[in-house]
Amino acid sequence: MKHTIRQVFHSPKFVVGFCIFMAMVLLVILYPLFIIDDPLAIIGQGTFFEPGIYVNIYDSIGSSPYTLMLDDATQKRIDNKLGDEERLALKEWLVVYGIPENEINIQDTEKLLKQWVNNYDATLKITGMTNARQRYFVRLNDSLNGLLSKEGAIIAVIDPETDTLEKTDTVEQSDYVNISQVPNVRVFPLGTDNFGRDMLTELVSAIGTSLMIGLVAGIIATLIGLIFGLLGGYMGGLMDDIIMFITNLFTVIPSFVLLILISYSIGQAQRGAVTIAVVIGFTSWVWTARAVRAQVVSLRNRDHVNLSKLSGHSIVYIILADILPYIASYVVMALILQISAGILAEAGLSILGLGPKTTDVPTLGLMMNWAMIYSAHLMGKWWAYFPVIVAIALISFSMNLMNTGLDQVFNPALRD
Amino acid sequence: MKGYLKYFVNKMVWFLVTLVCAFLLNFFLPRLMPGDPVAVITQRVAQGMSSQAGIQKVYEEYSNLFGTNKPLSEQFILYMRNFAKGDLGISFSKYPRPVADVIASSIWWTVCLQFPAIIVGWLIGNTLGALAAYLKKGFDKVLMPISILVSNFPAFGMAVILLVIFGVGLKWFPTSGGYGFDLVPTFTWKFIWSVIVHYQLPFWSIVTIAIGGQAIGMRSMAIYELNTDYVKYSRFLGIHDRKIIGYVFRNAMLPQVTGLVLSIGTMVSGALVAEIIFSYPGLGSTILTAVMGQDYPLISATTLIITLMVLISTFIIEILYGFIDPRIKAAQAD
Repeated sequence: MKHTIRQVFHSPKFVVGFCIFMAMVLLVILYPLFIIDDPLAIIGQGTFFEPGIYVNIYDSIGSSPYTLMLDDATQKRIDNKLGDEERLALKEWLVVYGIPENEINIQDTEKLLKQWVNNYDATLKITGMTNARQRYFVRLNDSLNGLLSKEGAIIAVIDPETDTLEKTDTVEQSDYVNISQVPNVRVFPLGTDNFGRDMLTELVSAIGTSLMIGLVAGIIATLIGLIFGLLGGYMGGLMDDIIMFITNLFTVIPSFVLLILISYSIGQAQRGAVTIAVVIGFTSWVWTARAVRAQVVSLRNRDHVNLSKLSGHSIVYIILADILPYIASYVVMALILQISAGILAEAGLSILGLGPKTTDVPTLGLMMNWAMIYSAHLMGKWWAYFPVIVAIALISFSMNLMNTGLDQVFNPALRD
Repeated sequence: MKGYLKYFVNKMVWFLVTLVCAFLLNFFLPRLMPGDPVAVITQRVAQGMSSQAGIQKVYEEYSNLFGTNKPLSEQFILYMRNFAKGDLGISFSKYPRPVADVIASSIWWTVCLQFPAIIVGWLIGNTLGALAAYLKKGFDKVLMPISILVSNFPAFGMAVILLVIFGVGLKWFPTSGGYGFDLVPTFTWKFIWSVIVHYQLPFWSIVTIAIGGQAIGMRSMAIYELNTDYVKYSRFLGIHDRKIIGYVFRNAMLPQVTGLVLSIGTMVSGALVAEIIFSYPGLGSTILTAVMGQDYPLISATTLIITLMVLISTFIIEILYGFIDPRIKAAQAD
């Protein structure tokens, strides 16, 4: 046993897969110790905030300013509002408006803006321009307002007695704030999802739930498969015929179809993560049963089994002591594959809207489903779906690597 | 030929038995569930209804519609008879369209998308796997990790990634639908071209997934075959390498055909989910609308049709397999 384990950990493929897998498990265990937020808490008022550091504007105004004289500050400020795309848009409007194209130089910021300010008229309807595009120009015009100003922004409060604004402070263009002195800063490494939840917290929790679903489904499937395979293979006769009949039946009838039917019949309210896992387990044992049975049939007439029979050992004892050890490696490999298949099955079900109920816990499939329903993929909100796909792929990749590694240890013919 | 006939009859009987079981499962599974399915449906439909008599009326309507107020055996006979007539009930969400009509309009999209894609993926995957086993070295070192990674991508993940790269990013292909939304299905060049363009992304995403898994399987089969005694003996005899490869490929191919039979169900279900990502007007999207619209008759009919599709394709492959593999005839003749 000890020797086998040492041999397994010498297989580079297994070790790589194991490391990836353990890294994910550690992440799931350690992350909640440091960040104790509810993964389903809705924080953002709005959909799909970009990944980044969110600094409270109100608090930054209140904190003490530091003056930094940086040469490229003005340029950066202009570039932020007036990138290449905006410059081309300005040119497009001006050309349509009737300014000769050779008079427009989109690199000359000052001249371009002057032409724009002098000519732009929001009320002007340009024929052939869509409403959305017209509104884009209105927004662009608003954002360009005061871009070249050298003055600071004035902060004023309303005087309740006179109802007038009273200047309290000025924020200069060269004022900076130290982020560590701002009391309210929130980091969203993966942005927020369509409901305004923190993607990273949700993702970690979802990985945990999905691994749990995979594990429960895998264990159930492997147990059923093992029992059926052992009974059919060892007993033979009528028992074997019946088991083989059922197994063959469920190999051709797609398990996904059964999953859909059962999940729908259970109903949304009763579908918890564990229920889904159990259902997946009960529909995916076929492969294990086939493999185990084939192994047992070839073992059944070996000498040591016959000797055991002659010694009068009970069937249970023979199966446990003389057969199980020989198929243990197959069973472990099947379990690993079942876990990753279970995670994929949950994801597929959830995309159809038949996954676990949405109010309890996030799962990888549900997150994918939400991202798809809110068309994150069409709007370029990569952080809403890409990390989920990567997480699923990494889990099943690591499982498969472990499986291939084990396969090479136990089947020397496959070694490179 | 006698051996083959025996094989054919055997497979045919098995096909019919499975067919009956599929019908039974599709019929009994929802009815075996704890609780009354009609009550659940009524509860969903009657959401927001306050009058108890109204809810009772809805319940009775549905009991009549599904025939749940009759004994189970009678229901089953009715169900089989209706199916034989092509009557699958009335869709809830697309009322008053019959379910058979909804399915008829989507099934060909699925058939024309999935089967070519699975077969192309299977062929490419097997060729690559055999090459990897034969060439080894660089090719194998590059191909294997890629295949493992790709085959581990969930089908919908690959679909989303292709969609984002080629549809949203490069704008080479449209992102959703089976044809341009401004067109009406007709036999014009414009429509056919639109169908072809919309076909590409779903097709290649299914092919890519199939390639990975098949390549891995074929590689290990071919490596196993390359180490067998007959190959060593042929080499020893000085038989031309190309000829040996021919034998090896053929022998390694046969288990792969069985593999295709066994995995076609899984592939189809993966492809159904990929269809949803591309809003392809096939059965996958039909299931989604059915689930969203809580359309029970449509779900049950769609699952039945998918099962039938998988059963029939499995049957066809097995029949063809009998022609390819001489051992089958030999085994049956004993």
